[in-house]
Order: sequence, then structure tokens, then C-alpha cells
Amino acid sequence: MLSYALKRLLGAVPTLFFIITAAFFLMRVAPGGPFDQERTLEPSVMANLNATFGLDEPLHVQYWMYLKNLAQGDMGPSFVYRDFKVHELLGSGLPVSIQLGLSALVLAFVVGAMLGCIAALRQNSWVDYLVISVATFGITVPNFVVAPVLALIFAIWLNLLPAGGWENWSLQHMLLPVVTLALPQVAVIARLIRGAMIEALRSDHVRTARAYGLPTRRIVVYHALRAASLPAVTYLGPAAAALLTGSIVVEQIFGIPGIGRYFVQGALNRDYTLVMGTVIIVAVFVVLFNLLVDLAYAALDPRVRYD
Amino acid sequence: MLFRQFGALAAAGAITAALAVPAAAQTYFRGSDGDPETLDQHKTSTVVEANLLRDLYEGLVVYDSKAQIIPGVAESWEVSEDGLVYTFTLRQDAKWSNGDPVTAGDFVYSLKRIQNPETAAKYASILYPIKNAEAINSGEAEVDTLGVKAVDDYTLEITLEQPTPYFVELLQHQTALPVHPASVEEHGTDFVQPENMVSNGAYTLESFVPNDKIVLVKNDAFREADQVQIARVEVLPFEDRATCVRRFEANEVHSCSDLPGEQIERLKETLGDKVHIAPYLGVYYYGINTKKEHLSDPNVRQALSMVIDREFLADEIFSGTMVPAYSWVPPGIGNYTEDAPQFEYADMSMLDREDEALRLMEEAGYGPDNPLKIEISYNTSENHKNAATAIADMWATLGVETTFNVRDASAHYAMLRDEKVHDVARAGWIGDYSDPQNFLFLNESHNTGFNYGNYENPEYDALMDKAAAETDLAARAEILAEAEAVFLRDVPQIPLLYYSSRSLVSDKLQGWEDNIQNAHATRWMSIVE
Repeated sequence: MLSYALKRLLGAVPTLFFIITAAFFLMRVAPGGPFDQERTLEPSVMANLNATFGLDEPLHVQYWMYLKNLAQGDMGPSFVYRDFKVHELLGSGLPVSIQLGLSALVLAFVVGAMLGCIAALRQNSWVDYLVISVATFGITVPNFVVAPVLALIFAIWLNLLPAGGWENWSLQHMLLPVVTLALPQVAVIARLIRGAMIEALRSDHVRTARAYGLPTRRIVVYHALRAASLPAVTYLGPAAAALLTGSIVVEQIFGIPGIGRYFVQGALNRDYTLVMGTVIIVAVFVVLFNLLVDLAYAALDPRVRYD
Repeated sequence: MLFRQFGALAAAGAITAALAVPAAAQTYFRGSDGDPETLDQHKTSTVVEANLLRDLYEGLVVYDSKAQIIPGVAESWEVSEDGLVYTFTLRQDAKWSNGDPVTAGDFVYSLKRIQNPETAAKYASILYPIKNAEAINSGEAEVDTLGVKAVDDYTLEITLEQPTPYFVELLQHQTALPVHPASVEEHGTDFVQPENMVSNGAYTLESFVPNDKIVLVKNDAFREADQVQIARVEVLPFEDRATCVRRFEANEVHSCSDLPGEQIERLKETLGDKVHIAPYLGVYYYGINTKKEHLSDPNVRQALSMVIDREFLADEIFSGTMVPAYSWVPPGIGNYTEDAPQFEYADMSMLDREDEALRLMEEAGYGPDNPLKIEISYNTSENHKNAATAIADMWATLGVETTFNVRDASAHYAMLRDEKVHDVARAGWIGDYSDPQNFLFLNESHNTGFNYGNYENPEYDALMDKAAAETDLAARAEILAEAEAVFLRDVPQIPLLYYSSRSLVSDKLQGWEDNIQNAHATRWMSIVE
């Protein structure tokens, strides 16, 4: 299994290289540059800026320089936030995004799995219908609606929680954004688990377990849920990569210093190095989580083996 | 366990508790429009940075709470007869936060640093009135040839390229703030980091976490520290204006520096006089590409301008947060005439204006069989879109067929600067200093960066040159007014609206004075509980 994981990671290197190259040149195709703003700059000033950031070099030279620096772990300076290097911006925001995303992920999986199981066990009862209705609601109502409504109720009307802001691991600051992020995931996971669970409960090995007279709870948790969680785990790979790299909507609405905003702002500002940084982070997360999903398969499904 | 802790915290309300600290240790939670791009006064270009640097540093002159120029580090100054040499006498009690005295040499160092091409200062051009500044910044002259000199530690002499009546006003801009030379030499570009920064203003920088907050604390070495009441400022960036409003309503911030347009009506109803809308030194306009054949006729441009219902734009599209504009230079500006020129149809009814515009269009050969076709370019924004749609509708009464070209801000402004392929393009200008020149220079033919009308009129250029050479302020104002009248006759750009500043200000925050520069230094304010 270890050698399989290593092989996969090694195989990701050309993928990453391709993504970096594509992103680098695509970014430059967009019209305008990092110093084009409402206030046009004097030509002499523009020349000084371009020289400072190496933008006066031919594109292939810039690309080569970027790769060379990157190989040494240097993502370069931000073109717009001039007091910071890209790794400083991402380094200060990524832990916050991960903290938020991971909490949402755990909450979504636990609550989603519970709701899915309950719905499956009470299939076609009012409990089932309630779970499915709530799930549909959770999927369809976008987070830019949920977030302000939660803030309105809990911060402005009830005055129980802050309307925004961030303190590391402060539960009261995390609660609303985590719930907002988790809600649609809860819904998706509940639906996935419910469907898979209904199928699993009818499967041969569960029937055998029943015949042996094992307690229901044990059957559900150890035998049925294990098989039923496979589709959810497949879904969780890319979902986790997306959640952990931040959400611009939730971060902006609650004023959270994560990296979600850099994806959009970096692109709008033509902050080339910052955009490259975010692309690299997402690419690495997607590669990693897909690998984790495959490894989880081996753990959950006895038929899957990596030798 | 966790939930019990959460309950206790929620009951106490950590932030409410912070707001309720005794007056001796006041903290001001200040909403800002976003993060600064830099805290280096020589690389700065944005309003967000101006607001922060105003608290951190003190220039030769500063704005008081009403944005009137008052002496800062300079106690007094004299101007030579020919208007070229300014001699500033510096206060002897001005100190850096590490105790060093603020000297004339510090200003010499700073003014040279911003023009040094190696600094790559975005806004170096604002100080081009100083002798040799432009040549130095373009790499054509040595840095040491800049027209600044420390006569002694407390006497600074600045020589200008040509008389510049608004020069003292310029010196309050954040680009003219001093840096602490020893810190810059020691830390290089990292002198702006909280652990390195030495500043001479009412506050020093305690911390800066991107996208989270910037914390300023009172500078005890500041010469008027005993009059500074707010001990700590937490500046919170809000890319999303609605977020600041929610936190204001939850009593978590004392002020917001901008408001979402669509909420203005509701906020006025629920928050009353906490909503501050004040005239602001800026104009929102449409540049008309006069180089395009179908837009080269001034009468056609005049007709297009005439038929735009600016009151509708101001009240309906911008919810009363903009003011109808019938001139290029915003009212309330300094160094200008009492009766500044404006479009002669400013007081005509919309119906009469439409009739007149139709007549002009007919004369120019446009009609139902030969409609004028125009493309409006604007940068992505809900407000710009609504305004463009409304204007297209107004132009439709003249039979004009309008299409739109929407780009994001970078692409839009790059197009305006380089290709200039637009018919009509949306733009805005916020004045850097209170002087009509700062608006009228946008239309000079050699100002390729901003002349979005591609306007080329020797008469206008000559008037601008004449004004630049005139040292008598009243006579100069008359010449500038003449230039504006020429501009309004030719309308290479259509002024649509003047900007307003819009803020939320808590009752607890005292000393906030609405002003045309929207400048509110924390040192003039206090917090009452």
C-alpha cells in the first residue's frame, strides 16, 4: 500500500507541472496586467514597476524564472499586496481555511451519516420524508443566503454570536460559518448514505448477520454503514479539497481571513504570482484527497487491494 | 463542556465587553473598504492606505477633522516671490516612535526615495511639481538633483519646477509622508512590518494579519499624545460592504467606510442619522472617443449629454448617494471661482432638453433611417450596469442604438490606456487634492493616460498652460474656469454624477466630521460609552 501511495504521488508531479504551465500562460492571455487600475499610471512609473517585478522580460524568460524560484520553494512576491510574499499570504490564510473546512467536513459527515442512516432505517416513514425534505432544502438554498440569515438571527436579533470576525479555535466565531459551509454537504451526504444504506440493508452479508442474530445497532454500524459509506467517501474527496481551500462567499460574509478570496481577487487584480499560488494549492489538495479516497476504499471494501 | 464554555462566552459577549472597556483604554473598531496593498507610503495609491497612513505618520501639513490644511511637522512655511521656493520651519518637539527627532533630513531622504526608480513608486507622479522629480523618476537624472534641501535640522527647502499654487495641499497626500531613514536602511522593504516600523504619527503599527485586521496603538512619543483619546484602533477590512453593516448592527464596529447601495433606503430608515452621506471630491463620467468619426461632432456629443436624466441616475440608480453633475469640476473645491461654469441646460426641463437634443441630432444627419450606433464600455459592477442600461434607454429617445461591452477592471482600464477602441467608456475620478487643476488636467491632449475622450484642443491646452504659469490665485481660477467652459462646450467626456462618501458612524464615536475629502484621522475622535 505504501509503495502504491508513493507511486501515485510521483505520478502527480507531471500533472502538477502541466497545471502550473497551463495556468501561467492562460493567466497572461487575459487582457490587462497587475498595474492596470482605475488610476492609469505614468509611463515612467509603469516602466519602473515592470522592471521591479521582471515583467519587462520576454514571457518564456519569466516562465523559466518562475519555475526556477518555485523549485526552490519561492512563490515570489505578490504583485498587488506589495508588503507580502505569496507564501506569506497563503501561509497566514490557509490554516484558517483548513480549520474552517475541516470542522465543516467532520460536522457534515457525522450529521449527514446519522441522518442518512435514520432515513434508511425508517424508509418511507415521516422521518425519512423529513430528512429528504431538509436535505433538498440544504442543497438548494445557496450559502450566500444562509450566511446572512444566520448572522441576522443569531448576531443581530438574538445577540448570541458575533456577526463576523475570527479568533483561532474560538467556537463562537466558528459556529455560524461552519454550519453555513456544512449545510449543503450534510444534505448531499445524507442522501448518498440513505441510498447506499437501503441497498446495503438488503445485501446478502447483512441478511447473514441478521440470521446470526447480531444486535441491530452492530449490524447497521459495522456491516451496513461500512459498505454504504463508499459513495459518500468518493464524493468527499473532491468536496474536501474544495472545502479546505476556502470559500470566498463564507469568508467574505463572516469576515474570515482564509484564502478563499485570493482565488477571485487574485484573478481580478491580475496578481499573477498569487493566482499561481492558489492554483498550486488546489491542485495539490485535489491530488492528495483523491489518493486518500482510494486508500480509504481499500480500508472499507475488502475486495479492493493495492499491491 | 465546549458548549458550556460557548454559553458563558456568548453571555459575556467578548466583543461587547471590549467595547465596554473604560474610557481610559478606548478601542475603536473601524470598518475599512479592504486591505491596503502596502503600508509603504512611497508605494501607496489607494484611499484605504491613505486612511491608515494618516494615523501612522504625520506629514509637513495635515488635515484637521474638517479636512482643512493645518500645520503638521512643519510649524510654519514661507513661499518665495516667484512661487518656486518653499521654506518650511519644522517643530523641534516632533519625534519618531523610537524617540528620534523628526528632522528636515528625514523629509529629504523620503522625497528622494519616492522618486528613485528603484522604489517603483506607483504614485510618484503626484510629486512631479518638485524640481527634477520627473526626470529622476524616469531615470534621466541623478536622485541627488531633486529640489529638496535640509538647510539645517529644522529647516527644509523645497524648490519647484514651476509655481504650483496647490503644492502645500499636495503635501498632505500620503506619498509626502516621511519614512524613518535608519529603519529603511536597516530593514529594506520590510521596514513596514509591525516589528520594524518606526512612525511619527499619533499611532504605531502593532499587527497586520492580511484579510483579518490591522491593529494600531497610540504612540506615546507623538508630540500631541496627551490630546489623543483613542488608545487602540482595530481596522477591519470589508470587501463585502453588507458584512460591515451587519457587524455595525450587531455593535461590533463603530464605523463603516462604505455602504451597499441597495441597502441605503433601509439603513436611512432604521439607523437614521448614523448614516452619513456627504459630498465627495469626485466625478463619475463617460469618456466619448472624439477620434471616432461618428462621435467627432461636438453637437452630437452635446445632444447625448443633454438627454441624460442625471436626477434619475442619482436618485433611482444610486439611491441618492450620488449628486447630479452638470460640470466637470465638483463643487466645493478649493482655489476656484464662485460661479464655476456648468452646462447651460442644467436648469432646463427634461422635455425641453429632449427637444433640443433631437434638433441637434437631426442637424447632424441622424434620424430614424440613419440611427447613431454606440457601444458603451464599462467595468463589471452592478451599479455601472444599471447606469449604462438607463442611459441607453435615455439615448433611445434620440434613436441611438446602444450595445454594451463589459470587461473586468484590469481589462477595461488597459483598453482605455492602450488600444482606446471604445466609443463611450465609463470612468471615475477622485481628486487627490482640492484644486480644479486636479480634474481639468485629465483632458489635456498630452495626458494620454486619462484623456479618455481623446480630446485634442490647442485652445484648452493653452489655457491650462496659462493657468499653470499664473501665480495669482484669483486670476488663475478665472483661467481654469475658462478652460472648463471650453471643455463643457466640446464635451469630450460627459460628467454624469458627483460622488458622495457614505459611512455608518456609531453614536459612541465622537468627533467624526463629514468632509469633502472623507478624511477622518483617529486622533480627532473619541469614544463615549
